[in-house]
Amino acid sequence: MIKRSFLGLVKPRLEYNVVPDPIQELPVPGRVTLLLKEPQNGGGASALKVGDAVKTGQRLAASPDSAEYVIASVTGTMSAMATYVDGYGQKYAAITIDASGQDDWDDEFNKELSLDTALKFFEYAPGNPSFKPFADPEKTIRTIVINGMDQDLLLTANQYVVQNEAAEIKSGVQALKKMTGVDRIVITVPDSLVQQANTTGAEVKTVSPTYPDGLPHMIMKEVVGQVVPGGNTPEDQGVTFINAEAAAALGAAFETGQLRVTKVVTVVGKDGKTTNVRTRIGTPLRDVLQACNVSLNDRDRLVLGGAMRGAATYSEDLPVEPRTDGIVVQDEADSAQTTDYPCINCGECIRICPVKIPVNMLVRFLEARLYEDAAAMYDLHCCIECGLCSYVCVSRIPIFQYIKLGKYELSLIETAEAANE
Amino acid sequence: MSSQQKLVVAHAPYWHDGSKISTKNYNIMIAALPAVLMGISQYGAPALAVIAFAMAFAMIWEVIWNLILGKPASIGDGSAAVTGMLLGMLMPATAPWWVIALGTFIAIIVGKQIFGGIGFNPLNPPLLALAMLVISFKGVFDFDEALRHYDLGFVMTYPLADLKAFGTGAIGKFSLGDLFMGRQAGAIGSTFGLGLIVGGLYLMLRGHMRWEISLSFLAGVFITALLFNLSDPAKYASPVFHLLTGYTLIAAFFLVPEDSSSPANFIPMLIFGAMAGLGTVLIRNIGAYVDGVPFAILLMNLANPLLDKIRPKAIGKVVENA
Repeated sequence: MIKRSFLGLVKPRLEYNVVPDPIQELPVPGRVTLLLKEPQNGGGASALKVGDAVKTGQRLAASPDSAEYVIASVTGTMSAMATYVDGYGQKYAAITIDASGQDDWDDEFNKELSLDTALKFFEYAPGNPSFKPFADPEKTIRTIVINGMDQDLLLTANQYVVQNEAAEIKSGVQALKKMTGVDRIVITVPDSLVQQANTTGAEVKTVSPTYPDGLPHMIMKEVVGQVVPGGNTPEDQGVTFINAEAAAALGAAFETGQLRVTKVVTVVGKDGKTTNVRTRIGTPLRDVLQACNVSLNDRDRLVLGGAMRGAATYSEDLPVEPRTDGIVVQDEADSAQTTDYPCINCGECIRICPVKIPVNMLVRFLEARLYEDAAAMYDLHCCIECGLCSYVCVSRIPIFQYIKLGKYELSLIETAEAANE
Repeated sequence: MSSQQKLVVAHAPYWHDGSKISTKNYNIMIAALPAVLMGISQYGAPALAVIAFAMAFAMIWEVIWNLILGKPASIGDGSAAVTGMLLGMLMPATAPWWVIALGTFIAIIVGKQIFGGIGFNPLNPPLLALAMLVISFKGVFDFDEALRHYDLGFVMTYPLADLKAFGTGAIGKFSLGDLFMGRQAGAIGSTFGLGLIVGGLYLMLRGHMRWEISLSFLAGVFITALLFNLSDPAKYASPVFHLLTGYTLIAAFFLVPEDSSSPANFIPMLIFGAMAGLGTVLIRNIGAYVDGVPFAILLMNLANPLLDKIRPKAIGKVVENA
């Protein structure tokens, strides 16, 4: 953890790790768990049953025409189905597959270059790409940004892929162009990876290695040159983001005919040491941590994602997901603790906010649950969720959590209003 | 899904830069020490007693308030100790104990706790207490009167009082070097210019204080005094004299930049500091009081919420009806 420097006059600079670690290939795990998103209005009749045989690369969905699916990452037998609810109340069916040890590849994927293929097979690709904006009639996507930068501190999963799999990304770029009909494909990388990025055939742009410049909203502003209005997504502006790893997975799939079912994950140990591993999607975190010699004690933190934006989880049995770029383990003694002290108006958050939100006022409204006023007067929706305000808060207020809560509560209000109309 | 270990779940971010309110307040106390020690070395045990009484009373009031309201003890954050220390620094070494007790009561309870405690005070607590005491007990804060039994080997009249009563002709006896090195009559912790500046620079460099407010306050004092001085040098003292006397330096580094009662955006900070400096010199030169620092700053404290509305447009802000 980077502490405040002795001389505190200059604001702290958090730098991304731009030196990808070498990779360690993990063996196929004995059991994987895949989290299948359930629709908000409850799942229909499930086409999946415990005891079914599953092939590697097989598409598993609740019903054949369901938009939500997972791609089996091993060959074996489905041994359990359970419900898992994440921190934001989203329900998942947790499908456990006991691996047989041999990979028997499913042949449904037929290398047809169409948007349907992308929607049908690649939404669960490593890097968690989304092709839904292309199918949305209200959105016109003109630019695809392949993000070769990692979104959180210390992580190098995407950068590893750019460094070592530029050829796959190149095929991925061509496949993306054909599938989506988008001409402009940009790849954003730190300075150190420009050489590899130049071989991918995409337009190369560099990103400063200072956090949070790797986040999509900052790339939109600094690289694409369009500011995303508060509350909008880059997709509303005609730009969509795809992680470099997803682009490589796409390229690899069209070259080999096999969907990629592995994920590159940066594991950050308690001492801050980083290791990259490649493992099957769905591998329990326990297996990954064991392979990296990281042990957990009571009251430690296990974070999926990175130190600034990740999500702490409660169980080592949870799986590596397509979006899991990092696993951070923190000792109890190193964990940042929040307090219920009030804001003392020191202004640190204002000085560090990358989008100039008056955080000192915003947090007062959020604490008082005046979410609508917070959005109308103090720019709640402009927040790009980098977490720097919480990082520097002298009172140690969980500002980032308040912001997420505020946005969540507002979305509930909007949903309720839409339902009433 | 069960797990052997019981892991602690929390919201991101999982890093923190390690800053704390208590660290900040202890650093403020460290920064104030040179000026305090100088005061104690000049006035001896009575000065030490005033500072110790003020800190102790401030903390006691806070504990009592927390007990009565059943709030968690906030004594550990150092805020009450800082308030007490600063109020002590603003008092003459001869201040009687009951004035200190009353002053700290005003600072802690009236100035801070009834508004909700740390972070909620609209006015600077030590200055509010000082202003009320100055209005209520004239003799206690008349430094010529209070320090009449002391002879420390330099001119023992209060420079600002001489200026007010007799004009610039009476201040020729103060050398700027003496004023800067604390060889002047005044409150315990506010005469030692060098010590206050060192403490202030320490706080600025360590990032515990908003340098914008301090420097703009000093600039406000300097420029306003300079304009007065240029208009009539015989009637108005030089700007450097205003910087080195009275409460100017302690205010610049310890009182004006108080967190809760001052703005946090860049332009408002500059306006806030400069206007407080302007008000200080206006009161000194053409107002009724000898030193304008408490009233000028309290007045600007009231303008703070309005000033802080001047802020940069957030990136991505959608302006409706534009």
